[in-house]
Amino acid sequence: MKVKVLCRNPDDYVRETTRDIQRVPRNYDPTLHPFEVPREYTRALNATKLERVFAKPFVASLDGHRDGISCITKHAKSLSTIISGACDGEVKVWNLPRQECLRTVQAHEGFVRGICSRFCGTSFFTVGDDKTIKQWNWEAPGYGVREEPINTILGKAVFTGIDHHQREGTFVTCGQTVDIWDEQRSSPIRSFSWGVDSFSCVRYNPVETELLASCASDRSVVLYDTRESAPLRKVIMQLRSNTLCWNPMEAYYFTCANEDYNLYTYDIRHLDVPVTVHMDHVSAVLDVDYSPTGREFVSASFDKTIRIFPKDKGHSREVYHTKRMQHVICVRWSADNKYVLSGSDEMNIRLWKANASEKLGLLSAREKAATHYNKKLIEKFQHHPQVRRIARHRHLPGDILKQKRELREMREARRRKEQNVRKHSKPGSVPLLTEKEKHVVAVVE
Amino acid sequence: MQNENLVQISFFNQLMLVHPRKKQNERSEASVQVSEYFVNAEGTGDKVNLSDLLGTVEKTSGASNKTKKQLRNLQSSKETLELPLNKQQTEKIQRGIAYEKTTAEVSCWKNIILQNQKAEQMVFPLNQESSGPKRVEQVVAGWKVQTPLEQEIFRLLHGSRQPVNDPVLTPVEEQSLKAMSLEEAKIRRAELQKARALQSYYEAKAKREKKIKSKKYHKVQNKAKRKDFLKQFDEMVKTNPEGALEELKKMELSRMEERMSLKHQNSGKWAKSKAIMAKYDDSARKAMQEQLQMNKDLTQKMVVPSDDEHESIEEGLETVPDFVNDPETVIDPVNPWMRGQLTHEEPERRTRKRKSLENLKGRGKPASEVVEEDVVEVSDKEEEEDEEEDVSEFNTLFRLMRSEKTPGEEDEEGLLSEGQIRVRSIEDLEVLDEVVEPRAIEEPSAPQTAAAEATSEPPHKKKREINLKEVLTKEAKAVRLPFLPTVVDEEERDEQISIIKEAFAGDDVISDFIKDKSRQEAAGRPAVVDLTLPGWGEWGGVGLKPPRWKRKRFRIKTAPPPPRQDQKLPDVIISEKRTASVASHQVSQLPFPFQNTAQFESSIRTPIGSTWNTQTVVKNMTKPKVVTKLGAIIEPMVKEDFIKSKTTSAGDLVFLSNCPEKINFIIFFCCKP
Repeated sequence: MKVKVLCRNPDDYVRETTRDIQRVPRNYDPTLHPFEVPREYTRALNATKLERVFAKPFVASLDGHRDGISCITKHAKSLSTIISGACDGEVKVWNLPRQECLRTVQAHEGFVRGICSRFCGTSFFTVGDDKTIKQWNWEAPGYGVREEPINTILGKAVFTGIDHHQREGTFVTCGQTVDIWDEQRSSPIRSFSWGVDSFSCVRYNPVETELLASCASDRSVVLYDTRESAPLRKVIMQLRSNTLCWNPMEAYYFTCANEDYNLYTYDIRHLDVPVTVHMDHVSAVLDVDYSPTGREFVSASFDKTIRIFPKDKGHSREVYHTKRMQHVICVRWSADNKYVLSGSDEMNIRLWKANASEKLGLLSAREKAATHYNKKLIEKFQHHPQVRRIARHRHLPGDILKQKRELREMREARRRKEQNVRKHSKPGSVPLLTEKEKHVVAVVE
Repeated sequence: MQNENLVQISFFNQLMLVHPRKKQNERSEASVQVSEYFVNAEGTGDKVNLSDLLGTVEKTSGASNKTKKQLRNLQSSKETLELPLNKQQTEKIQRGIAYEKTTAEVSCWKNIILQNQKAEQMVFPLNQESSGPKRVEQVVAGWKVQTPLEQEIFRLLHGSRQPVNDPVLTPVEEQSLKAMSLEEAKIRRAELQKARALQSYYEAKAKREKKIKSKKYHKVQNKAKRKDFLKQFDEMVKTNPEGALEELKKMELSRMEERMSLKHQNSGKWAKSKAIMAKYDDSARKAMQEQLQMNKDLTQKMVVPSDDEHESIEEGLETVPDFVNDPETVIDPVNPWMRGQLTHEEPERRTRKRKSLENLKGRGKPASEVVEEDVVEVSDKEEEEDEEEDVSEFNTLFRLMRSEKTPGEEDEEGLLSEGQIRVRSIEDLEVLDEVVEPRAIEEPSAPQTAAAEATSEPPHKKKREINLKEVLTKEAKAVRLPFLPTVVDEEERDEQISIIKEAFAGDDVISDFIKDKSRQEAAGRPAVVDLTLPGWGEWGGVGLKPPRWKRKRFRIKTAPPPPRQDQKLPDVIISEKRTASVASHQVSQLPFPFQNTAQFESSIRTPIGSTWNTQTVVKNMTKPKVVTKLGAIIEPMVKEDFIKSKTTSAGDLVFLSNCPEKINFIIFFCCKP
């Protein structure tokens, strides 16, 4: 008689070494694991809740300045070092992990208007209200040695901003004109002006390194190419732009922070309409900085909040505020895409996590897998009302909330008015403008 | 004329005059701005007229008349040049040109940006060095001798003058080369080069051929080689008997090896699996036969055939199913296909058909085999049909199974027989008919009988579908399986049945259910709303009915609701009421990127967790979109890394990047021989 016996191959269940992980035989037969969608939905809901529970974005506050922070810059080569300039002309170098000030320099009389780091990370430049450009060594001088700049250039007018070239020894300043300087020379190698009396910000394009953009006081954003003799083009908007930032991964996009509470992302090839209008702030936006991955940017506003926007979304995904944080003047995204730095009026620099609920430090493989799974679940069920409700909920201070409601009411009223005007005028005489088209006044060639 | 003289005189005076007080200025250093004070010549203030120059030209004999004439014309013409554009306009034009240029340059990023936006995963920082193993050269280049042991080894290696890095010649060879005369050396070098080249060609060829996966190709190749070898061997016997002897020895050796090994004896895993398949699969059978043939060939003694052969066959027999090694039948000794016959049917049955098939035999061998098998099967059926009268239940069941199987087999056979029998004459056709006909009759009959027996219904396929409405109302047929040994006694079972009947005596669950369902259906049906007002606009009173037109007009039928979900499911009631507690969790609108509800639902339906998917699948599906490295600075993109063809002029680059089709075209054009 033939006897049939169930037998298994020992290779399937015996470990090769004792340090090997245990094999867990698993049956993926779908009939054994019913209710996939409800179970995953519950998991997604839990993941969303946990995400909100663990959302604790505030990491640290660096205090030591004796006046409002006017500008912050990252070190080009070191993640742990930043410099900040204050409104009393003081420049401080900070160590982030130790949360302490390494060095203090009285750099200028009056405001420090701009700081930029040299691409190699050996020195940095500051400009101030005293019409000077100063170059400083990153290394602190020895004990008892006075802090002296390597180089000082005295200009004819006040400089309001500075930025350094990505790979060459040239930098650009703005003030009454946009000047391009060689590090070795004491006079600008080229200066651009286009009937504007002052500029508030100038930035080099990090990808197409010869491109420049500046915000001018005539409500315009002007583009330059350092290889050309004249500026390229300018776009005039309804209100003034305070600062702008280029996308570090997409050469032809930049975002400017406007006085009309919005941010505008432009494609330099089509300046007549912004690509996206980012609206959520309830007061003038003062600064903007892209994440190094180019997927998101952070903006600082006069309404005492900072917001994180996805680059192609009209509304922010995150808002950070604290009771003590006043008007935020400058903001930077750290070069490892993990943190956001904000400098505000009340003399503090704050360090935030870029992802509010992210766990810092090394993660084990299982933790990593779990976070990825949870993220994916939230993404999968993002349209379900409960998940969306929880994921989108943010606490806002009362006055901001009030202002937000007020703004919404105003916008609604304006829309209604426009509709009425359209209704009572000749058809076609009042064109229907999209939100994007409303804010651009003209493009000047 | 007088004027000219005057000019000349003044010029002379200027040359002759010496200013003792004013010293000539010189530029001693380069500067951006050249002051008017530094460079000055005498007479700078005076205007030079065309006529001044013309005067001298007229006098010189070298100048051609043509130019003189042109100059004179020029002098006489009174037209002035146009004014240059004003500054604003020129600047605007300049800006326009510059902007166009820049936008064109920037647009070359378009593809990269789009690609990155669509990418499933982006890993930052970009352009990371691979963490895997590096190439040997890279490692060697960065390696330094450190420990004394290493130093010693290094010294030894270099002291021995052996080629370390695979040079072409060793030092000794080089020296010997030097010792030769120049011409000799040249010849030798050429030879070496040629040899090297040949070797590399050969290697390349071998590599290429080795890569070819086609089994057939290798088979053909091997066959050709064998043929070549045999030819060579024959020649060798004549010309070089010693060499031939050696070859013979080699063959002997291979024979010994073959005898020792079980390689071609159909005892391996593969062979076992084939042995199982061989019953059903011709190719498997063929492969096994080939293996055995190979064994036979290899173990054959070259010089004197001896008894070894039989032994070896017997060795092989052990593990092989017997039908594979069946002795060749007398019918067809030449045909190797007939070696592996499946069954030994009654010979008379075969002979009956054989007569008709005999003219087929001479033709395609595989075809004949196929036909033979076919015939065997057909005859089986015939036999069964003959005996239909006295079949047991078991047998009918068995036959049912067979008849169900037939369509698949038919297909297979149809495929196999295709193209093998070539019809050339009418006789051939007749033979084909004979072969095919019995099947043609058989095909419809088999399922018919099956259906007739199983359900006692007319044999239409549609009728065989289960009528859902009748499931509940009809009594289920008890199927008795005679071959299953039943343990429960008859009496016991009867007892149990009676107990159950007693327990559920008053219950008629099924009818209750049907009633319930019909009630629910009725509730869902639209009711007729009667809005007639009796007595309005006419006489009213007891016993008076509103007229027909009124009834028609004021009895309102509402539109029927959409069909119930359980309309076609007789044994299910699906409640279509919306529950409030669940509603708050449900998506009310179709979210943006989705085109229709089906799309959205399918996106939700697929689970992504590890409960339902294997590890790798989960890992793939939960892959994050952006991955960053802890503590690494993410630099902005560098143009040189992404846009390679920077060497071409900017204009060309822009032109090319704007039109990918053109690039493709150019590439295509270049590749074309």
